Amino acid sequence: MLLADRLIAVGLMALSAYFMWHAYALPIGWNGMTGGPGGGAFPFWLSAIMLVCAAGILLRSFRNGTADNTSKFFDIETLGSVVSVVVALIVTVAIMPWGGAYIALPLFLLWYLKIFGKHGWVLTLCLTIGTPIFLFFFFEVTLKILLPKGLTQPLFVPLYAIFF
Amino acid sequence: MELLGHLADGFATSLSPMNLMIVIIGVTAGLFIGAMPGLGSVNGVAIVLPLTFIVPPSSAIILLAAIYYGAMYGGAISSILLGIPGASTAVATTFDGRPMAQQGKAGLALIAAATASFVGGTISVILFTLFAAPLADVALAFGPPEEFALVLLAFTTFVGLGGDDVLKTIIMICLGLVLSTVGLDLISGQPRLIFFDQPGFYSGVSFLVLAIGIYGVGEILYTIETSKSAPSVTPAKLTFKELKYGLKEMNKLWKTMSFGSIMGFFVGMLPAAGATPAALMAYGLAKLTSKTSSTFGKGNIEGVAAPETANNAASTGSLLPMLTLGIPGSPTTALLLGGMVMWGLVPGPMLFIEQPDFVWGLISSLYTANLAAVLVNLALIPVFVWALRMPFTVLCAIVLILCLVGGYAPSQKLHDVWLIVGFGVIGYFLRKADYPMAPLVLALVLGPLMERSFRQTLISEQGNVLAFVERPLSATFIALSAIFFLLPLLNMLRRRMRAKTTAGKPAE
Repeated sequence: MLLADRLIAVGLMALSAYFMWHAYALPIGWNGMTGGPGGGAFPFWLSAIMLVCAAGILLRSFRNGTADNTSKFFDIETLGSVVSVVVALIVTVAIMPWGGAYIALPLFLLWYLKIFGKHGWVLTLCLTIGTPIFLFFFFEVTLKILLPKGLTQPLFVPLYAIFF
Repeated sequence: MELLGHLADGFATSLSPMNLMIVIIGVTAGLFIGAMPGLGSVNGVAIVLPLTFIVPPSSAIILLAAIYYGAMYGGAISSILLGIPGASTAVATTFDGRPMAQQGKAGLALIAAATASFVGGTISVILFTLFAAPLADVALAFGPPEEFALVLLAFTTFVGLGGDDVLKTIIMICLGLVLSTVGLDLISGQPRLIFFDQPGFYSGVSFLVLAIGIYGVGEILYTIETSKSAPSVTPAKLTFKELKYGLKEMNKLWKTMSFGSIMGFFVGMLPAAGATPAALMAYGLAKLTSKTSSTFGKGNIEGVAAPETANNAASTGSLLPMLTLGIPGSPTTALLLGGMVMWGLVPGPMLFIEQPDFVWGLISSLYTANLAAVLVNLALIPVFVWALRMPFTVLCAIVLILCLVGGYAPSQKLHDVWLIVGFGVIGYFLRKADYPMAPLVLALVLGPLMERSFRQTLISEQGNVLAFVERPLSATFIALSAIFFLLPLLNMLRRRMRAKTTAGKPAE
């Protein structure tokens, strides 16, 4: 817990420094001409406050640390599940631009329900096939919001001809 | 009298067949979302918001408010049947609801929760109706300095009353505000904070992307880690005899329920407090004043009624500042506010003048939503018992798919979907390290208002910083903010002093 707390504090410090560097591209000081601060002032000084607070958390952990060092940040038993779900999500979004949502999302469901959730084939197939059909009618037909198709684009042309 | 006229006009809108149907769909969806362990009103609204494009804006907001209401009712269901709060707002309901279920009185506990929610909802909606118009009138006098001061006040309540680590709270507020500045500078129009030169950042970071990331993906990751085994569902049967008995029992609890409602309403208005502390406070208070306080925690019906009235009242209370002042009273209302802005309805006093139909339609729909929620809740109890047996992995899979597609739908950029996954993972880590999430979401929603009002004031006053304290209203808000901000510091000093005096005494 203590180590994780420190790492997160350091991470937030780095993040605020990065924000400050970006904000510095715009005037961060008082703009005499119009009165009031420049465009970069708001993000710059707020990031500065963030940096100071994160540093405060880091210092505090060194001053009165050791107290809660016994508790674990992660639950080792279930950490594996969390990591695999995150990886699956990343893979799914990565497939979307070229494979399209209608390949990526069923693959995700198939993995999640069959392999991760260890469900039977009936439930898995019902959801894997039913979800894209629902998404198609809800988003594309009703709302006219087109989901990414990638390679599968030509397959949808006849469907569009029917429903639009 | 004018008020009743407005309300009657509102009912004309909210009782239209379409809006009635929307309310019923909304509360039913809300009840299910609320009943699912881990998912509460804020998760429900975040996940469903992109789907509401299907109805016109004014109906969409009625739908979301109905989901908010339904989720408040639904939270109690899993608190009682599983012993796990369906949402953090229903934590206090487990204290007595779970023991009641274990004694075989699950049905009675569910009736108590539903009736109490209805009483809390109704009393608070009446209070809401009475306060809304006068508050909006006061808010009409607000200029940029008052707006800035009010936003500042909203943030300082998190520091003073939030109860979380002060440094971590300040970090989350600043992070949300900085993220809100991504995109184009409000005044000069220059691009700023375009990370990695990604063109997606030119349009800023949408509140919806952050909310779906944190309350959708992040919440699911958190629940995957914390739920090792499936909890056991206590069966609950509901007969008319029980219903009659339950209502008779509840009739004795008017004092507890009205107290819980009024307190919940006012606690709910504060951005930092909200439904969870309101419910805990109401529980504590009921225990203190009850004649049967010794049976609290062992299945006392009063211990179910008190927190359930308060959390429903608080959810109405948090709508009041959102609608009248444009300052949300809870993360869920922050999302409602973001949604309204997205649909071109800017909350605040002008809304009462420009869109009275919408405002009063929404207010009157709270009455219908409340009634619909209690009826649907009681009628569908067997369905909830069945639904709670749904394997958790199925629920997670569906929610994750909705997060990905829902995040893509509003602006149709994969950039946003990547951000959702990113925010989900970061939010999961931050939440595990006890960083509060509510200030982050509120800051992102209120950030543009805060920066604009600050800079507008300074430009119109030629850079005179004292402009904020020269007007009586904004000076009051700033003074209150200062008090809230210094509160934790004063507490620390007092603790140190006390530690010193107790350490010093033996020497005397």
